[in-house]
Amino acid sequence: MTTQPTTAPLLEMRGIVKRFPGVLALGGVDLDVRPGEVHCLLGQNGAGKSTLIKVLSASYQPDEGEVLWEGRPVALPTPQSAMRLGISTIYQELDLVPGLSVAENIFLGHELSSGGMSQRGRTNRAAADLLARLGHGEISPTREVGRLTPAAQQIVSMARALSQDTRLLVLDEPSAVLDQGEVDNLFRVIRDLTAEGVAVVYISHRLEEIRQIGDRITVLKDGRTVATGLAVAETPTADLITLMTGRSIEYVFPPRGDAVVTTGEPVLEVSDLELAGVFSGVDLRVHAGEIVGLAGLVGAGRSEILETVYGARRASAGTVRVNGRELRRGSVPAAVKAGLGLAPEERKSQGLLLDQAVYRNVTVSTLGRFARLGFLDSGDERRRAAEVTQSLDVRPAGVDRLVRLLSGGNQQKVVLARWLLRECRVLLLDEPTRGVDVGARAEIYAVVRALADSGVAVVVVSSEVEEVLGLADRVLVVREGRVVHEGPAHEIDESRVLDLVMEGSAA
Amino acid sequence: MSEHRTTPGTDGPDLAAVENPVAPSNDSVRVEHAAAEPEGTSRGAGLMSGAFGRNLGLVLALLVICVVGVVTAGDRFASVDNMVTILRLASIVGVVSIGMTFVITGGGIDLSVGAIVALSSVWASTFATQTMAEDTHWLVMVFTALAVGGACGLVNGVLIAYGNIVPFIMTLAMLASARGLAEIISERRTQIVRVEGFKDFWSADVLGVPLLVVIFALVSVGGWFLFNRTTFGRRTLAVGGNPEAARLAGINVKRHTVLLYVLVGLCCGLAALMYLARTSTGSSTHGTLLELDVIAAVVIGGTLLTGGRGTIVGTVIGVLIFSTLSNVFVLNNQDSSTQAVAKGLIIVVAVLLQQRLARRSTTT
Repeated sequence: MTTQPTTAPLLEMRGIVKRFPGVLALGGVDLDVRPGEVHCLLGQNGAGKSTLIKVLSASYQPDEGEVLWEGRPVALPTPQSAMRLGISTIYQELDLVPGLSVAENIFLGHELSSGGMSQRGRTNRAAADLLARLGHGEISPTREVGRLTPAAQQIVSMARALSQDTRLLVLDEPSAVLDQGEVDNLFRVIRDLTAEGVAVVYISHRLEEIRQIGDRITVLKDGRTVATGLAVAETPTADLITLMTGRSIEYVFPPRGDAVVTTGEPVLEVSDLELAGVFSGVDLRVHAGEIVGLAGLVGAGRSEILETVYGARRASAGTVRVNGRELRRGSVPAAVKAGLGLAPEERKSQGLLLDQAVYRNVTVSTLGRFARLGFLDSGDERRRAAEVTQSLDVRPAGVDRLVRLLSGGNQQKVVLARWLLRECRVLLLDEPTRGVDVGARAEIYAVVRALADSGVAVVVVSSEVEEVLGLADRVLVVREGRVVHEGPAHEIDESRVLDLVMEGSAA
Repeated sequence: MSEHRTTPGTDGPDLAAVENPVAPSNDSVRVEHAAAEPEGTSRGAGLMSGAFGRNLGLVLALLVICVVGVVTAGDRFASVDNMVTILRLASIVGVVSIGMTFVITGGGIDLSVGAIVALSSVWASTFATQTMAEDTHWLVMVFTALAVGGACGLVNGVLIAYGNIVPFIMTLAMLASARGLAEIISERRTQIVRVEGFKDFWSADVLGVPLLVVIFALVSVGGWFLFNRTTFGRRTLAVGGNPEAARLAGINVKRHTVLLYVLVGLCCGLAALMYLARTSTGSSTHGTLLELDVIAAVVIGGTLLTGGRGTIVGTVIGVLIFSTLSNVFVLNNQDSSTQAVAKGLIIVVAVLLQQRLARRSTTT
């Protein structure tokens, strides 16, 4: 961490304004980034962070304002012009070609060639060097990118940025797909880069990460800069949250209800469930009104357990019972019929019909209820969807809006509204707050607790231990496809959970 | 967030338990919430302009062709008889295009429609079928054509959904084998329809409108309702738009996919009957390259080839554009080669126009 207050800025953005039809996405944003610093961009979803980095990478053209590079105004008419200056952006949705090899992806668009013939040997060696520099020499340059884990794909994206002469690296929520060890490695890479004078713009919702890696902070709210150039070391977290939200709380978990009655028959009973090669021997009993959390590393099998319970993957052994009745293996319709609901991990690609209206996303699992002889009563559909989305405070209201236009938190509420409308008995939540900003998180937690209080049995999977411990009544810790601990949430703390999930993985 | 508000319930009783679980996070948000309220009222107008915007390019293209027709062929084009001719020409392609709109919106494609039409027409007009029809009722031929079409669709659907064969490849295979089978069955001979009942019924007019045109109209209206007003239509959009999300929402995506191909297969069976009526023959050459006309009509109509968005109205206009076009060319004694060139141009221009208008209507 090298704060160099005297250095001239590498990049300055002044008074950037970007309008979309009917929306002022950016209403005058200032940002200055110095060489060799990690500049954190903070703000809630919808604050304009993504729009700003798209202006920076020249995917969008600003309507007003200017961009200065090393003190001189520059025009950035195309993404290529930003790349030529040395601005590389790694987006949340990675833009790699899955069918090409690692090396081909790294050098895509600036292939190493002589006389039109690509030089595979040289490309692979150069790629291997870059990967080694990133601390991931184990990723083979000839491997197909589509077969890599999301974390490894992100490393490939970083290598791609490094393969060009990058002077400013923009990282949009890079840690969202990583577990703790991978985040540490990412930070090491970032420190190496900044030591070489590369400037980094780092976007994250996780304040503790910003504490670890950031030098200065710019806070956006509602498309405007509310504070810029704050030194990380001197700004209390509470102040940052106040700036972002106008509130002064971070994670707020709703109070647990009175002791849940867990003596009777469980609503959800999973026995000895196995998905060959991924997890085995999983037992899980969830009672009405209870929230059970699954903690573990990425890849420990948490999401797979949820998806198998839900029938989206076909169990190789074991049973799932809802209210005592066994579910047919590998059948989602059977699970839904029995009263299960899943809010999947990848909300956009697995949970939502992004280009369709809110009400259609809400009623998609209950369509039969609005139909007479197959004909839909879409007035009734809209009315019921409006009731449910209002009860969850989806903003902006209006069930005819396209889901794509909502923020992450509100999209998640739309998924929850779907199952709320169905009055499901068991709700499976996979990373319920991924990509959801701090304020909306608290709202999601409150919704989940309220659902449990109304008698729904809830299972929550999250990479954030704090979230599992804060939200759940009972916690299961999963390591390498096995449940290694089970107990009440208040009897275990974060460090103990981390001990349990890491145990053995250090060896 | 322990500060639960207790406001009088306006929601249904099942929601009471979770009513307002969330306290508003700050005041500005509450204002925004209230300001967004009246949106529901402007929805109708918004949808109209959207659909209107999408179809405007098509209507314009159709009008341009009509103007050209009037200018070059005068009364020979602008007569009731000629309009009926155009519609009769459009009817067979139209019926199959309605079915294809569902398949493409549902994320698939069917290249085998022309071949299925040929096989159905041949099967429904074999000596055996016609003898049976004469002994019992001409509906035997109708049933045969629909059954053959539906069965071919079922084979396509099952192998695509459960055999995980890419739709393009599966229907390409069906294209080859269905037409081959039609040639085997007919021994490459044209089979004359001799069942009088069939001929009488299918060549009849309904209030002066040929039955073929009436069938096209009925299928269009029925297709519109199925597409826009039923769970089947809604599920088609979901399955084509995001199959994984549809699956995790509890929709039986595989079964739905099968139904889509069966539907287009049935449309092909119906189209085969229309061929039998129009030409009085069953032949393994019926419907040759029909798939290209059908896919072109669906795509210029505004249905997204990648699935998730479709329009029956657009498809119907798309079909009419092509049949009017070829009518104008025929009236002007132009050969089919010129016509083919014009067709290609129309596809490109219509799609370009449409993209522009669609972009404008989605961004406002």
